[in-house]
Amino acid sequence: MGALAVLVLVIVVCLLAPVYAGSVAHVDPFPSNLQGTTIVHGRVTPVLQSNHQGLGLGVTPIGPTWDIHHYFLGADNQGRDVFARLLYGGRTSLLIGSTSALLCCVLAALLGLMAGYFGGPIDWVLSRLFDIVWAFPIYLLAISLSVVLLTSGLQIGFIHIGAGSLLLPIIIIAIVYVPYVARPLRGLVLSLREREFIQAAIGVGASDWRILRREILPNALPSVIVFFPLMVALDMLTESALSFLSIGVQPPSASWGTIINDGLGLLYTRPMVAIAPGLMIVITAVSLNLLGDGVRDALDPKAKLRGSI
Amino acid sequence: MFPRSRSASRKLALASLATMSLGGFSLAQASSASPAVAKASGGYQSQHAGGTLHLVAQTAGGTLDPQVNYTLQYWQLYQATYDGLVSFQKSGGAASFDVVPDLATAMPKVTDGGKTYTFTLRKGVKFSNGKTVTVADVVASFQRLFKVSNPNAGSWYNVIVGGNACLKTPATCTLKGGVVADAAKNTVTFHLTSPDAEFLDQLAVPFGSIVPAGTPGKDQGTTPVPGTGAYYFKSYDPNHALVMARNPFFKQWSLAAQPQGYPNEIEMTFGLPVESEVTAVENGQADWLFDPPPPDRLTELSTKYASQVHVNPLTAFFYLAMNTNLKPFNNVLVRQAVNWAVNRQSAVNLYGGSVLAQPACTVLPAGFPGHVNFCDYTKGGGSTWKAPDLAKAKALVKQSGLAGTPVAIVTQNDTVNESIGQYVQTVLNQIGFKATLKPLSANIQFTYIQNTKNHVQISLTQWYQDYPAASDFLKVLLSCSSFHPGSDNSINIAGFCDKSIDAQMNTAETLELTNVKKANALWGTIDKEMMAKAPLAPLFNPKLVDFVSKRVGHYEFSRQFYMLVDQLWVK
Repeated sequence: MGALAVLVLVIVVCLLAPVYAGSVAHVDPFPSNLQGTTIVHGRVTPVLQSNHQGLGLGVTPIGPTWDIHHYFLGADNQGRDVFARLLYGGRTSLLIGSTSALLCCVLAALLGLMAGYFGGPIDWVLSRLFDIVWAFPIYLLAISLSVVLLTSGLQIGFIHIGAGSLLLPIIIIAIVYVPYVARPLRGLVLSLREREFIQAAIGVGASDWRILRREILPNALPSVIVFFPLMVALDMLTESALSFLSIGVQPPSASWGTIINDGLGLLYTRPMVAIAPGLMIVITAVSLNLLGDGVRDALDPKAKLRGSI
Repeated sequence: MFPRSRSASRKLALASLATMSLGGFSLAQASSASPAVAKASGGYQSQHAGGTLHLVAQTAGGTLDPQVNYTLQYWQLYQATYDGLVSFQKSGGAASFDVVPDLATAMPKVTDGGKTYTFTLRKGVKFSNGKTVTVADVVASFQRLFKVSNPNAGSWYNVIVGGNACLKTPATCTLKGGVVADAAKNTVTFHLTSPDAEFLDQLAVPFGSIVPAGTPGKDQGTTPVPGTGAYYFKSYDPNHALVMARNPFFKQWSLAAQPQGYPNEIEMTFGLPVESEVTAVENGQADWLFDPPPPDRLTELSTKYASQVHVNPLTAFFYLAMNTNLKPFNNVLVRQAVNWAVNRQSAVNLYGGSVLAQPACTVLPAGFPGHVNFCDYTKGGGSTWKAPDLAKAKALVKQSGLAGTPVAIVTQNDTVNESIGQYVQTVLNQIGFKATLKPLSANIQFTYIQNTKNHVQISLTQWYQDYPAASDFLKVLLSCSSFHPGSDNSINIAGFCDKSIDAQMNTAETLELTNVKKANALWGTIDKEMMAKAPLAPLFNPKLVDFVSKRVGHYEFSRQFYMLVDQLWVK
């Protein structure tokens, strides 16, 4: 319950990003603000500060003011409010994580059920496809797809997705993780197919579609539900990694990964720019993993039984 | 020259060639009379000789072959390892732009209306393999330039008679009638197809190094090629380190051209991230880093290590190249709007602040031959940049009828370039476009933005001089002849081609041979005309930060080849 509460808190706070940016901090977190100013201790201060000591080299963004109205976590090198971007970035990261996990689970359920239930050539073809995708190191595959698609977008027939669209990272991440969910589901369906109630359904002449929908799917669904929060965490981490490498979410949009990337050049002077999104990723990923464990325990009576012995 | 590659200069073309009569005479031999050399000639301070100089770089600079490599990283080292017939003076200050005799005993005798250059070779100079340098080595070296497909063979050295034939069939290149050796007189004569004011500068850069005649006619890669300098390359492993040691056969013949060095060995180690390089120099584990210190370390260097930091201006500029053949930048109003809208000071801040760069309004950097102080795109007018005028920019975009056009900005994906790219994205959105940013690896961005097949609309890039001549900016970057559609090697990234301006540039080049003052005045006019058509938006002229360890002394900065590595003291 604790994990769920933390996760809900993170989601709610991130959803309030426009309220914070518009009504509390009065900033636009996306465009560059290199000549901007803010108020620190009642004085107007430039958000990018030139060094006037020594040789006078370097320009540094202001650090955390701990004032919720004025650059609470400081500015990045474009002079943008880090806290506002952190909230907007959370929206993007959670959106990509959840939608790609959903897409991944739907695709995996579809393919896993088909492969496990029909067997034969269909199983062979689908299993080999899973093997091929699985053969690639997951990040290498995601990076390759991102590099290709993010420079020119995706054009399949009348479907066109622009180079900067969030749909691209969502689709890429969903696809690369399909085998991770589909293979266990296939195994589950293979065992379900041999069970008496399925044999009985086949015996009374039920159609494949009916058996899949009414008999197999309800029994496989708890596994998919257990997978979902874990996949959200995994997908969110992948998105952060891709965005950190500049091949995920494209600027000026923010995600936790892009903010860490922005902070990379400020590690020595303004470490908070990278630390804050890093912490948010850790908190969210741990919450999702704990939630996944909780859901598994809740849906697995045997685990409960084991726990009580 | 592009980033990470060394830029050179050719002041000689403008200074010394201008003063020579085309009827033929020998240029006065450069000597230790110049102030900079006179200062240095206080004498070789042998008490500082010895020790190992430790340099660090993130990555190796590619092939070690001096006739192929075109990087700043190794051109800086070649100064101590190779010699040409002439070279840029090894000293600090303005004198470093002067071309002086090196393996030649004196500056060449120029005859035939500037089409024939005759050099007399020094006697007794030896390569690091012990072999004596002969005129045959000189001829072979220039043939080899074509055999190894030197990057500038087709743009610089094809002016030599027979050069174009060598370009067609490099393997059988003889340069017959182009480079003629006379062993008895110990002379080498170059015959050009037309007078070239920049020929001596082109001989003075590392491509013009004299190497042994037996050197294979293909890129030697990691195998060191013997040279005549004070040092030779002892070993090279691009994954680990490059080691230079004293050339046992070297005897100083010209303080100006090839002075004796101080360290016994110079070692450049590869593989450290730049942040670690800075730390290594701070801790005295390394003596100098090749890569620019990252922005987040500048304040620290500036305050805690100020005495170890050297800041020097570069004849270079960062600019936005706008594709004059693609929408929306095929409309001059849009290109002018970008020039009005970009806040140069913001770009300067992203580069590291006012101490590290100056806002630019012109193609030719300040202090460069032909540079004229003017600023067409600054709020309130004047000859220097003051502020952007967004209202004017927006009005121009509106007038062009192209507002709302999608625009992709292509930048390198390093911290500084990507930051500037993000800023430009904001500006383009502000003035009415739908801008996206496309950051690419530095390894591919420079060729990617040159190729018209990639349909790049606007890109952020930089240009560093090869040698100090206006044509090295204006003609190289913006002439019809440097625009090659469909090629990765089309340095006129804007695709700008104006026949009238081209004709003026040709006139200015011809004028350089006889009247430098007039030629420079014409280059200034061309710069103005160019900026009126705005194929690019100059952002700023950068400076270079050299950070050396506490033990290093005798820092000298050549404007041509930057820090003189072998002149540093580590003892």
